[in-house]
Amino acid sequence: MTTPIAVADTVSNAAATPEKEQPYAALGLKEDEYLKIREILGRRPTSGELAMYSVMWSEHCSYKSSKNYLRQFGTKVSPKMTKNLMVGMGENAGVVDVGEGWAVTFKIESHNHPSYIEPFQGAATGVGGIVRDIISMGARPVAVMDALRFGAIDHPDTARVVHGVVSGISFYGNCLGLPNIGGETYFDSVYQGNPLVNALAVGVLRHEDLHLANARGVGNVVVLFGARTGGDGIGGASILASDSFSAGGPTKRPAVQVGDPFAEKVLIECCLELFAKKLVEGIQDLGAAGISCATSELASNGDGGMFIELERVLLRDPNLTAEEILMSESQERMMAVVTPEKLEGFLAVTAKWDVETSVLGHVTDTGRLIINWHGEEIVNVEPRTVAIDGPVYDRPVAYPGWLDALRADTAAGLARPTTGDDLRAQFLALLGSPNLADKTWLTNQYDKYVMGNTALSFPDDGGMVRVDEESGLGFAVATDANGRYCQLDPYRGAQLALAEAFRNVAATGATPVAISDCLNFGSPENPEVMWQFGQAVEGLADGCLALEIPVTGGNVSFYNQTGDVPIHPTPVVAMLGVIKDVATRIPSGWQDEGNNIYLLGVTRHELDGSAWAGTIHDHLGGVPPLVDFDAEQRLAGLIAAGGEQSLVASAHDLADGGLGQALAEAVMRFGIGARVWLTEIMERDGVDAATALFSESTARMLVSVPREDDVRFQGLCEGRNYPVLRIGVTDNSGTLEVQDLFTVSLDQLRGTHRATLSDAFGPVIGQ
Amino acid sequence: MRIGVITFPGSLDDRDAARAITIAGAEPVALWHGDHDLHDVDAVVLPGGFSYGDYLRAGAIASHAPIMAEVIEAAGRGIPVLGICNGFQMLAEARLLPGAHTRNAHQQFIRRDQRLIVENATTAWTNEFAAGEEIVIPLKNADGRFVADDETITRIEGNGQVVFRYAGLNPNGSMNDIAGISNERGNVVGLMPHPEHATEPGFGPDMPDAMRSGTDGLRFFTSAMASLIARA
Repeated sequence: MTTPIAVADTVSNAAATPEKEQPYAALGLKEDEYLKIREILGRRPTSGELAMYSVMWSEHCSYKSSKNYLRQFGTKVSPKMTKNLMVGMGENAGVVDVGEGWAVTFKIESHNHPSYIEPFQGAATGVGGIVRDIISMGARPVAVMDALRFGAIDHPDTARVVHGVVSGISFYGNCLGLPNIGGETYFDSVYQGNPLVNALAVGVLRHEDLHLANARGVGNVVVLFGARTGGDGIGGASILASDSFSAGGPTKRPAVQVGDPFAEKVLIECCLELFAKKLVEGIQDLGAAGISCATSELASNGDGGMFIELERVLLRDPNLTAEEILMSESQERMMAVVTPEKLEGFLAVTAKWDVETSVLGHVTDTGRLIINWHGEEIVNVEPRTVAIDGPVYDRPVAYPGWLDALRADTAAGLARPTTGDDLRAQFLALLGSPNLADKTWLTNQYDKYVMGNTALSFPDDGGMVRVDEESGLGFAVATDANGRYCQLDPYRGAQLALAEAFRNVAATGATPVAISDCLNFGSPENPEVMWQFGQAVEGLADGCLALEIPVTGGNVSFYNQTGDVPIHPTPVVAMLGVIKDVATRIPSGWQDEGNNIYLLGVTRHELDGSAWAGTIHDHLGGVPPLVDFDAEQRLAGLIAAGGEQSLVASAHDLADGGLGQALAEAVMRFGIGARVWLTEIMERDGVDAATALFSESTARMLVSVPREDDVRFQGLCEGRNYPVLRIGVTDNSGTLEVQDLFTVSLDQLRGTHRATLSDAFGPVIGQ
Repeated sequence: MRIGVITFPGSLDDRDAARAITIAGAEPVALWHGDHDLHDVDAVVLPGGFSYGDYLRAGAIASHAPIMAEVIEAAGRGIPVLGICNGFQMLAEARLLPGAHTRNAHQQFIRRDQRLIVENATTAWTNEFAAGEEIVIPLKNADGRFVADDETITRIEGNGQVVFRYAGLNPNGSMNDIAGISNERGNVVGLMPHPEHATEPGFGPDMPDAMRSGTDGLRFFTSAMASLIARA
């Protein structure tokens, strides 16, 4: 049985029937937005135009609530910040000059809502989507990472989401042949109905291979290639990503896309060959809002006009309507602009890779995006009105009524352990707490080896990949965000994320150079959430200016709330660093006995919002740790110099869980024991043993130094005037001894650290 | 000495295999699945990956690629052929090696630094090892569980066709802990672990003495070179 082609709503029909009722609200548009569309067009939109505007004006695609804030990333800049920035915000991904003629492009993006509804496909297509952004810049993707937030580890629904998300990332990333080099995983009940899946991809390219996606050159052809268009992901950007979940509402599962990593792998190789043979003017990936987005963005960024024959789109399901084709978010598709004389060569390459291709139309100078459906005009719009000049809102902002009470409820009154036994028990409780526990359950499902350039990966502080096989030039990446701190103070919380990501990259021996951010918040229609958002963006922009590190792009994910309860503000910062030769990289753990252990930085009474307060006392309140960007910069400079001179055998950032956690991780990394003492920290900094072990003061690192390099290392610290204390020695005891307080064997450290995730989600394979 | 690496749609570790061949001192030659041409290479590597997305069965579609006719013919002539992971699956599907691969017993993808025992150090790809030697090679697979009927298992065990066995831990439920096998002649070898990922210091598996320092995979390729010199 064949279904007759549905008669589409044409432009002339729309002009003739102004009174026709249209389902704008069901498509996610507000009434005033609908009226604005009518005003722009001077008539009612056709159903196809309505579909396009509804997805492109969605929060997810238009940034209508965040745009006014994000401008700061472009205005709070110094000359140093733009010096090495080849492509900044607004393109598919930012591009940074890393020297020797090489550039690195990277971006982190959310796929939160789909990953709750359908965790496997949601997370898988999150990886796929961000990788296509990287390809469209002309780069070869070389690494992926993810920042994940799940609900409480013991909640009955958490295992469903965790198993689905992890196997989705594993399935898609492994099959794509991209090493997964790190990331982070947290559990907190605030994410129960709104898990966060933020996927990061990194690509490398030679300077001359940089491409921007735009439709220039009248008469150039517009080609769609890759997977066929199906009925999946319709309205993903609008009705799914730009709305909160509500109890009893529709499941929205049809708005989730379905991924095919094999198709994407072939697409990567095909696109790289097209770029290498100079057969394309530009390539745009199809992600959120599918063909609506690709056509309107390409046309807006080019000569302003485009003509498309929509029935030429190759379909998986012949029954799709024109509106569904415009809105579909089927994965693994790309749109290219090709000069007519190169079309034959283009088609030869796509044929070589068995990639299906259809010529949809061409670039025009009409200033209009015109889309026909079987000879009838169903879209006739000015592309900028769809892609760029969407609504912008200054949402109401309100200081949260509950915040002062929360900040006044500090950790000062919480009982602190004083005896060795009590300190030991709390140290182990933290080590086994879900957020600090071993994540091998996840990471051993990820391929870290493929491509053969991975110099560091989990559980080291950052992932590191070699870019140039001759010189050893490489990059490092780390992602960080602490939602608990952001709940207490979103301005400082965002800066803490920035500082930690900066420190993590520095700990690998690389020099931090740029960030991408993924800003995860509740509903922008909630004035308190908008206040949090404004504070976090301001904190991040001010922090980036202080560090002189540019924001190269990223994304905003609003509506991470169920009913009236938003998530903690979670601005994930992905920091990119550069290292001249990955051979000088610094591991996070101790590799040799007999090395001296040093603590760099000062420990303050900073337990508010800490992992200790949360795990031991189930407490969240007070004021987060101070941020000192000047100290962070000096610390990073010190480690970079120490790494280059090979004075530092290991370096590990102190953050969640404080010194105690850092010590445990440094022992477990390679199984080298240690004897440490807290006395000098307590004396110099005026803190008790619990604070010395569990405080989360910033700008601190734990480093180990071979004995023969001791004098030079101390000279380095003195020369840079950075606070340093020798706090221990590595040994072959098979234990971690905190002198006069407690001793824990390596077996018990590992047993405690490894048990938590396997108890919750099943055995760790191969451990 | 020229060693070919075949790229199939969905091959992932082809460039890694080529790099390993270079490090070993031979010349890698890129071969294309759709050609009927081995370009006169002296040996062939079928690299890891997810050819054709592992649709139907891992390696099943690739085993019917045009170039496989030439691979089968060359294997019959005795040239060294190595199948790594997905390449091992293709060799089984092409019946160049006995047995088959199913989903890992635990149903998950697994990636780990795997200890192996070299059981047969006389094949074209293992003659630079010592029999009984323990080596560390990265492993990463979803469908790596080697299975065969009793008669086949008895035969390959009896013939010395079991080339590698998992040591310490069987990561995927393979029968008799079998990690890799050869044909009777010993010129065709397949294994699930990835020797090309253990050829360059700094990028290999963690070893007791230093991080990412394992290079046990290098001897696969130098073995092939030695066997070619011996044949010449």
